[in-house]
Amino acid sequence: MQIEQTDAVWLDAHHEFSIAELVQCSGLSEAELRELVDYGALAPNNPQGAEWTFSGDIVVTVQAAGRLRADLELDPQALALALTFIKRIRELEAQIGDLRARLPRRFP
Amino acid sequence: MKYKDYYKILGLERDADIDAIKKAYRKLAHKYHPDVSKDPAGEEKFKEIADAYQTLKDPEKRAAYDQLGRHRPGQEFQPPPDWGKQFGDAPSSFDDIDLSELFAGLAGGKRHAGRQGGTFQMPGQDYEVTAHITLDDASLGTTVDLNLTVPEYDESGRLHRVERSFKARIPKGATDGQRLRLRGKGGKGFNGGADGDLYLNIALHPHALYRVSGHDLYLDLPLTPWEAALGAVVEVPTLGGLVHLKVPPGTHAGQKLRLARRGLPKPREGEGDLFAIVQIVVPTVLSERERALFKELSDGSTFNPRGHFEQEMKDANRAN
Repeated sequence: MQIEQTDAVWLDAHHEFSIAELVQCSGLSEAELRELVDYGALAPNNPQGAEWTFSGDIVVTVQAAGRLRADLELDPQALALALTFIKRIRELEAQIGDLRARLPRRFP
Repeated sequence: MKYKDYYKILGLERDADIDAIKKAYRKLAHKYHPDVSKDPAGEEKFKEIADAYQTLKDPEKRAAYDQLGRHRPGQEFQPPPDWGKQFGDAPSSFDDIDLSELFAGLAGGKRHAGRQGGTFQMPGQDYEVTAHITLDDASLGTTVDLNLTVPEYDESGRLHRVERSFKARIPKGATDGQRLRLRGKGGKGFNGGADGDLYLNIALHPHALYRVSGHDLYLDLPLTPWEAALGAVVEVPTLGGLVHLKVPPGTHAGQKLRLARRGLPKPREGEGDLFAIVQIVVPTVLSERERALFKELSDGSTFNPRGHFEQEMKDANRAN
């Protein structure tokens, strides 16, 4: 069997996504995504621009939003609140990870 | 096909009404949803709960499920002979699918339209897998073998499990928790719909020496008391090999000595730093000579590292 090789692309700030691409990867509608922007749960790179673009790392957030909306039947306002908390938890987890890395492993 | 007891999974009696089903699902979903729960088994548990709910909340699917009869969870079984005809859309074979896939394909499921209309397009499903790689892999870039078993629809809309194997090249610059997208490597689209994407979560294997934070690395650097006091040049292992690190005189325990750009490479340009965290280590067993030298130091030194205690206690008492 021939196994093909695929190059992977980083999901980070260097890779921009349009709102149509976020619709495709989250399962949320454009109206739902716009509502999440209105509630402050998502931030486009160019809030004043005619065609919004988003940083690639937002894909993780919108996919979580899509799952939470579908699985927990959340309305957009509850979804925005849940995303704000999840973002806060991720920031705190990153801080804990950083502090753990700084702690000595051994106490000889 | 293995039997799953959807009522038991949701903690319900067989005659539960729709409100009880919704309530049971919501309670369990809040507990086990992978975006909310930190339970390592949560994702698998939530999938079971969601499958049970998707089937039991839909009256037609629930009736079809009830007619499968009762079996022990995990028991191999076949639906009754006329079951497929009665509920339409059933696959030709029940051997290579699981219960949730069977019900996802039944009437009321979103795939249904694909088999009726013939022109309805359905994008392929996105998948997410975790790639465990070493620090060296992250530093140099690597290729991982991915083997997935995914449900796919054939041209006639029948469901099959398909093995998919491919290699994914992970460019240098990965770190823990980073995500990569492989376009078109998820589930096949149906009827001309776009193929889904595959998302890779990067998880770094723990390293014996280094701890990782973003692209920075942390390393414990044990020093003798005399190296810390007098300063020294010590060898430090980095991902690129041994380097010499100058420890300045008067170095304290816990101090971070930075080795610029000796951390993990970043995806496009630059590198993180390596921080050596100083630990002052004393020998647990002293030779006579060492004991004598420490004693001499003790007798001859006026250094008092606890000198601030007295002053700070006085200040605290004054403030009270």
